[in-house]
Formats: sequence, structure tokens, C-alpha cells
Amino acid sequence: MAVIETKSLTYTYPGAAKPSISDVSMKVEKGEFVLITGPSGCGKTTLCRTFNGLIPQFYQGELKGEITVADLDAAKHPTYEMAKHVGLVFQNPENQLFALSVEKDVAFGLENLGFDRQEMRKRVDWALNLAGIYDLRERSPHEMSGGQQQRVAIASVLAMQPEIIVLDEPTSFLDPLSAQKIFEVIHDFNKKLGLTVVLVEHRLDLTAKYADHIIIMDQGTIRFDGATREVLSKEETRLIGVGIPKATLLYEMLKKEGVNLNSVTPLSSEELAKMLKEAMKF
Amino acid sequence: MLTVEDVHFSYQSGVEALKGVSLIVKNGEFVAIMGQNGAGKTTLVKHFNGLLKPTRGKVRVDDVETTKTSVASLARNVGFVFQNPDHQLFSETVEEEIAFALKNFGYAPEVIENRITWALNLLGLTQYRKTSPFMLSGGERKRVALASVLAWDPKILILDEPTIGQDHQQKENLRQFIMQMQSQGRTIVIVTHDVEFVAECNPRVVLMREGKIVADGEGKDILTDPALLEVSSIVLPQIAQIFTQLQVPSLPKNVIDIYEAKTLLLRLLQRRQRL
Repeated sequence: MAVIETKSLTYTYPGAAKPSISDVSMKVEKGEFVLITGPSGCGKTTLCRTFNGLIPQFYQGELKGEITVADLDAAKHPTYEMAKHVGLVFQNPENQLFALSVEKDVAFGLENLGFDRQEMRKRVDWALNLAGIYDLRERSPHEMSGGQQQRVAIASVLAMQPEIIVLDEPTSFLDPLSAQKIFEVIHDFNKKLGLTVVLVEHRLDLTAKYADHIIIMDQGTIRFDGATREVLSKEETRLIGVGIPKATLLYEMLKKEGVNLNSVTPLSSEELAKMLKEAMKF
Repeated sequence: MLTVEDVHFSYQSGVEALKGVSLIVKNGEFVAIMGQNGAGKTTLVKHFNGLLKPTRGKVRVDDVETTKTSVASLARNVGFVFQNPDHQLFSETVEEEIAFALKNFGYAPEVIENRITWALNLLGLTQYRKTSPFMLSGGERKRVALASVLAWDPKILILDEPTIGQDHQQKENLRQFIMQMQSQGRTIVIVTHDVEFVAECNPRVVLMREGKIVADGEGKDILTDPALLEVSSIVLPQIAQIFTQLQVPSLPKNVIDIYEAKTLLLRLLQRRQRL
């Protein structure tokens, strides 16, 4: 069942000469982990903003085509109602955090939805624990490191228990180990809780292994849409300028030299190392 | 040449960001300073053009101590491109942004004109000459900031997190550009978290942790040391991960380059097949 579906979606920002996305038709199935990538300015962030109605309800501009999210028309249904279904984590956590303590920030969305105190307490504690920041609940988000702030932003969205979480380069300011830990937490939620995840990222070395499905955009349109392994093994994907994971590239390079590893295209160093070990046994 | 001698630095809040750093960067070197958030990387490079002065110790640029001169005169030799271009850009057009420093250095109008054209062309910004920098995307603004520094042709170039928000193609352009600068004898220092970018460039790597330098050497040796990287909150580049996991004694451990990896693996696999 599709939880996000667009049909011929075209959007132009107010005052812009040409559309930022044109004729985009795509689907995200329930429980999928979808990666959206493509060169800078390809329209990925714009597309994500239509998923909870920020486009066109906040940004105005001209939207054509259809966008259905959780069976609702996201272009018309009020954004605060959409927020129950879709949680959005922005590129920069500072744009999202504002309260004096971590737990107040995490509780804010729930207060707006009118939850009673007891349920709110339960959900806030649950989200803080999942994000690994329960001990930081009384700290001010503004005195925390970037990694901790990012966890608060993710906890705030999880507390709402949305069916869908959309993350736009959620770790671009973090050191690599902190980034990796955050992706692991998100992947865990996807597998254990069946949360549908849409992740926008340039760094496929870090993220391709988590995604069942990848969408590659270029100049406002979708160029490739399919299973991650298939799309990333295509020569054309590389030519658009998408940063293919090194493990995938190395596998393709060896294949061209006649090395038959007799397996599917690897997306991570673990997968390729395992294949190579098998090949070396003989 | 940059010489850093036992430099300590404390911010007014009392936080000691540098705790005795010594480092020499020779002319024509390409150095990547790496380490986790808050390790002191940006604080250190801000000493290279005198934006910060050491609380204790000495920083010299070509034998001139940074405490004995002004940022303005150091700037002629040391160009600094900030992590966030918005901390740097202020003019109404891209062209004026680039002209600003050149006018301050007192270049003749025709020289300024030539330099602007050269820098715009180099960074693929010619079409934005008359555009406001604030109308451009984040990645484009970053290139304007770089162009405005390159235009006066500093001998030493410092880039703070140059790859953030840049896609694959832009990173490749940046890599080629750095290589070109280096071949012309310029010194380049970058501050970065981007292990894959460093693996592709293989510069000298200086690893920092809690205000000190904990390792200094070739990229391929430092980026393949799992214990060292883990305490610095850095992950191994993907090629190094593969070689570590393979655990084949005859393979070297310090491989980060994909072409070297291909050659080594091919040789090994072909030998096994013959046996």
C-alpha cells in the first residue's frame, strides 16, 4: 500500500522563472526505507516539502498535479493535521529547536495536538529513550553539541508517532561516527516499528545499505526509481554525478576485469568483504 | 611556511580550545586537519591568518609572528574561506564581492577586471557576475566565497569544511582545483570530516582531539588505523573498511585508494585461481 503518492507533480516557487520539480510521479510503500538523492539543486528538498503540505500551504507558489499522503490530499489538508502522519527533520537542527529544555521541545508537538498529560509524559519518555538522550532531558538544546541537537530533533518528531518520517540531510554537520549512529537508530525504527522512512542524502557511502528503494533526481525530474542495488549498478547513475558507494564501484570495476563474484551488487564494505572472502576460499 | 610552536588558546568563556599544539606546514604542502566536533580544528586554523592570537606560544607565517602584524597584511599571503559562506559574503553582486579585497589591496582597475573574470571562470560562476550572492544556492555561495579569496592569489589557502552541502561532481571539481593549486606551489590547508574526500586526495593528515594533535602523517596511514579513528569519532573510508575486514595477511592494511585496491585484489584473486 502506498503511503506517499505523487502524480505529475509540478511546482514553481513564487517569482521563479521555471518549476523546481516537474512532472514527478512516485510512490513510497508502507514500511519502506527510501533514499532520495541527486545533484545539488535537483529538487529533492522541494519534493520533501510537498509531503507534509509545507508546499504549497506555507511556501505558496504554483502546484500542479496530485499529492496523496496517508490517504489525505497534502496540498489541501491543513499542515498541522498532516503533522500527525508525517514528521519532517530539517537539515539544520537549530531551525527546529526552540524550547528551554529538551523535554519541552519533545513535548511541544504533542501539546499542540492536545494530548493529555499522562499520555504526553509516556510518549516523551519513550522518544527520549529511543533517541538515547533521556539523561539530557533537562538540558537546554542550545547548549548541546550538534549530534545531541540532531537527536533531539529526531526525538521530537518520533514522539508524535508519525507513520512516515522524512529526513533532509539530517547529519551534514556531524562527525562521521555520530552520523553513522543516527542512521543506525533510524534504520532500527524502520525495521522494528515499521516506520516508513524517506531520507534525502548525498553521502551514499554512509546510507545506501539501509535503503530498499532509491529515487534519483536530476534537474527537477526523476531519472531513476527502483531497487537500490539495481539503480546503483547502472552506469547511467554514475554519469549523472551521483556518488556511488566505493564498495559498489570497486565491485563493478572488478567485474569489468572479469572477476565473477557470483552475487548481487554490494552496497556496503561488509557485503563486498564477505563476497571477496568467499571468492578467495577456492 | 606556517610554524606553530606550542600554542595554547583559551576563549573568553575560559574554555581551553588548544592545549599545546606544534606544527610546521611547508610551502606547497596539502594538509587536511581532521577530528571530532569541538577538537579545536577551526580554532587552530584561525591562528594561521591572525584572526585569533595565541594565549601562549607562537604562530609564524613566513617568519613573521602573527602577534606582530595585522590580519590585513597577513591576508595578502593567507586566504581564509569560512565554513559558512554567509559569514563572509556581504556585497550586492558577485562581481563586487570579488572586487572588494582587490580594491583594498590597491590593484589597478584593469588588473581587478582581469582577476574577477579569471576567478569567475575558474569556479563556473561567470553567469552570476551581476547576481546577488544571496540569490544563489548554498553550494554556489560557497564557490563565490572561494572565488573572492582566490582572486588575490594568496600563497596559503585555508578552507574550513569545503565539502559540506556539495554533491559528488562539485567535490570532484574541488579536488581537481586543489591539485592544480598545489602543482603551482600553493599551500592548502583544509579542515574536514569528509573521510571519503580525504581518501580520494590522500593529503598529509593532522588528527586533533581535545585541543591537541594526536597523529600526523600520510592520509593512507592515518585513515587506516581503526583505534585512532574511533577515539576521534571518524569512521574508516570504505576501501579501508574492506581491507580491514578481509584479514588477508598478504594484503597491505593501509589502502584507501580504489584503483590501488582494484590492482591488489585482482592480483590476489588471479593467483588463487591459478592454484
